[in-house]
Amino acid sequence: MNPERTRALALIEQTAREVADAIARGDLPELRFPLRSLANVRYEPGGGFALGPATKTRSLSAGGARSFAQALRMMTLSHQMLRDDDFASKREAYYVSKNWGDCRFESQPESDEIIDDLEALVSREGLVREHLGFFPEEHAGSVVGMLTVVDTDPETGETVEVDCRALGRGAYSIPRSVEHLSFRTDAKFVLAIETGGMFQRLHSHRFWRSSECVLVEMGGVPTRAVRRFVRRLADEHALPVYCFVDCDPYGIANIYRTLKVGSGNAAHVSAAFSVPTARFLGVTPQDILDFGLQDATHPLVDVDVKRAHDALEHDPFFAAHPAWSAALQQMLAMGVRAEQQALAKWGLNFVLQEYLPRKLAAPEAFLP
Amino acid sequence: MPLPSTAAVSHRAAARRVDAQMLARGQREISVSEFFQKNRHLLGFDSPARALLTVVKEAVDNALDACEEAGVLPDIGVEIEPVGADVFRVTVQDNGPGIVERQVGRIFAKLLYGSKFHALRQSRGQQGLGISAAGMYGQLTTGEPMRVLTRTSRRAPALEFLLSIDVAKNRPLVHRRSRVDWDVAHGTRVEIVLEGHHQHGQRSVAEYLRLTALANPHATIRYEDADGEHTTYPRTLRKRPPLPRRIAPHPHGVELGTLAAMLAQTRRRTLSGFLSHEFSRIGHKSAAAIVAAADRGLKGGTSPHALSREQTRALHRAMSTAKVSAPPTDCIVPIGEALLRRSLAARVDASFVTAVTRPPAVYRGNPFQVEVALAWGRATEGSPAADREHLAADSPARLFRFANRVPLLFQPGSCVTTQAVVDTNWHHYGVQQTKGALPIGPLAILLHVASVWVPFTSEAKEAIAAYPEIEHELHLALQECARRLQRHLGTVRQAHDRAVRRARIERFVPHVAAALQELLALDEAGRAAIVARLETALAADEGEDP
Repeated sequence: MNPERTRALALIEQTAREVADAIARGDLPELRFPLRSLANVRYEPGGGFALGPATKTRSLSAGGARSFAQALRMMTLSHQMLRDDDFASKREAYYVSKNWGDCRFESQPESDEIIDDLEALVSREGLVREHLGFFPEEHAGSVVGMLTVVDTDPETGETVEVDCRALGRGAYSIPRSVEHLSFRTDAKFVLAIETGGMFQRLHSHRFWRSSECVLVEMGGVPTRAVRRFVRRLADEHALPVYCFVDCDPYGIANIYRTLKVGSGNAAHVSAAFSVPTARFLGVTPQDILDFGLQDATHPLVDVDVKRAHDALEHDPFFAAHPAWSAALQQMLAMGVRAEQQALAKWGLNFVLQEYLPRKLAAPEAFLP
Repeated sequence: MPLPSTAAVSHRAAARRVDAQMLARGQREISVSEFFQKNRHLLGFDSPARALLTVVKEAVDNALDACEEAGVLPDIGVEIEPVGADVFRVTVQDNGPGIVERQVGRIFAKLLYGSKFHALRQSRGQQGLGISAAGMYGQLTTGEPMRVLTRTSRRAPALEFLLSIDVAKNRPLVHRRSRVDWDVAHGTRVEIVLEGHHQHGQRSVAEYLRLTALANPHATIRYEDADGEHTTYPRTLRKRPPLPRRIAPHPHGVELGTLAAMLAQTRRRTLSGFLSHEFSRIGHKSAAAIVAAADRGLKGGTSPHALSREQTRALHRAMSTAKVSAPPTDCIVPIGEALLRRSLAARVDASFVTAVTRPPAVYRGNPFQVEVALAWGRATEGSPAADREHLAADSPARLFRFANRVPLLFQPGSCVTTQAVVDTNWHHYGVQQTKGALPIGPLAILLHVASVWVPFTSEAKEAIAAYPEIEHELHLALQECARRLQRHLGTVRQAHDRAVRRARIERFVPHVAAALQELLALDEAGRAAIVARLETALAADEGEDP
């Protein structure tokens, strides 16, 4: 069992002990969880989103007895999974609860809520929900390049090494939880790519070999596993992370922002899941001009404009980075957006022969 | 003899009628018997069903009054016997003091003869109309005379009378008078044969007797109905209520017609003597002041018999505005809060009963006292007390109206008691109500107005007139009852909420214990200890002793 799981077990037992002690004193017990509402979310320019000190209480009261008991039940499930080295998706945890009688959840958002509370609780100790045995459901990204992933066979416990250069046209699929992985790499940087098409093009042309990098396919907003995977590469192997997404408010304010600083809605995990060192390679609004893509753009639609205004007015990330505010303003002024694939206007391989080399020549010019 | 007006008709109308009669005075004795023969609806004989009930009611009222005056715990027997198609013999027997021989004819067969008229006292009958009118109704519809059996003591013989009324002369006709064997120590038995209709339900004789027993817990009432079914309402209280004290009329309350009658009948030789002796709160000084204020040539020494119609009116006006103290109020005997609560609880299936007896008050010189009892029903039907009425949660409040312990079954809409209930803002006390209607809920309200002179809206004595003073007192009593109900409902709700809350929490105690057992690897004793501790903590939290 890895040290994080041991710490998670101890944390659960300690919490249970506190509850039992309160009962022994004759008190009605309660559980305190960090408050996850936006009112308790702070943006720290260095570290991204984080939870403030406010807490909420689940207690053995008329309104709270059910969720109090459910939280304890959920802790029991986590405890069992950690002891048995097992895991459950949020959806599976929801179905496990169907066997809990009065404590069963009526819908998955209810059980997700309790799991998120438990995660917020252990996040104070630097742990995440994967450490408790709860794995995400969603499909994680793919990886190729100058990297060897060291895993174990869950059945035999034997070490398994995956050489991400030797996967042919396929790619390594990031598992739902990456906590147990370790890496060997001599790559120079990580390139996190929004779309599967672009990933496939760069992979086919062995861009990772020529540029000595690791390619990660995010497939839209990166999942927890992708973000954690990239974060660990960045942390443990001091790799710069460059982000390559569409030039539109979604690519910038959602995909890139989430990868770099996390999100207000999941502030309790930002510390573990964000990649604060990430930089924005492109496509930038300025790239549209610099690379002559004006006639390969699309006009901004209402939802784009609204998203850009929201980011400018409410997102502390943009408030903290004037360069980003300027870039968004520029996009709004131009009134257009451009996809990664727009570079194909100059030829299918323009992106790896011209665009990326030119950009990578001056990483200090990347947007923060 | 002039016809006394009552609050039955509006005062102006009463004055008009009395004027006409005063004109006729001295020319010919007005036959009230004749008058009522033509206006029998005024007395409650307008339909066969009501007539039957009215006859029972008048006889029972008289019987109870007689027993109380004599200081006897009443034992009343009522029997309705069918003797033909829609013809019944009503028999009412009491264990009262009996009636001396020379009075029998006048009591039963001469309208407006009674002991209850000039000296005011809280009693069931007030005008001396009821029983003779009942007899007359029987006589008119069947031709049968009234049979009266009475005995004043074991030493005296029992006497039997067959009586009818000479309608033209308002005079008793005695058809037979004989000594008979009767196996009672003292008492009176009245038999009237009449055309009537026997009915069941809320306006039946049975309901009337049942409610009478409710308001008179010191009486035993036995009833045999037209189907031969026997019912007994046994006394639940062995103590007689104190006998209400007799008081002289108060100058503010006397009606013009009554004053005229009193002037005509008094034995006093001077107006001053008449006023100071036959009215309460008038001394020689205030008598002189009243005579002076009346003016019209009246002197203290004027003979009471010599007043003209105009002088009588002037005197009446002067009396009604005279500065005299309020009448004594210790002459009213209420049923009392404890008995009201008990009686109402015996009648309806209630989870909460409260009662308020207001202090006595005065309207137009007449002392009166108001009592209200209120019951809130049990939630579920089919309680063990099957003889008690279930109060439905979605129906209007059930009202039980009483005047001087006599149940009022008719004309609820024109009665001040109903009006007071409707005018109370029940919403304010957490009870549903549509504006201008009775409150909705499992609610029963008993209202009792006791007075030396209850202002009925008609001679049939079915509804009480809306004097502001009476309405005000009813409101105060209703509001106090409603406040108590509100408190009770609040307490019930809180207790219920607490119990619900606790039950909601308790469901999860086993889960908490099981989870902690697993997380902390506790043994069975450890788990049980957690359950026990939590139960204790929850009980303490609910504010109970564990």
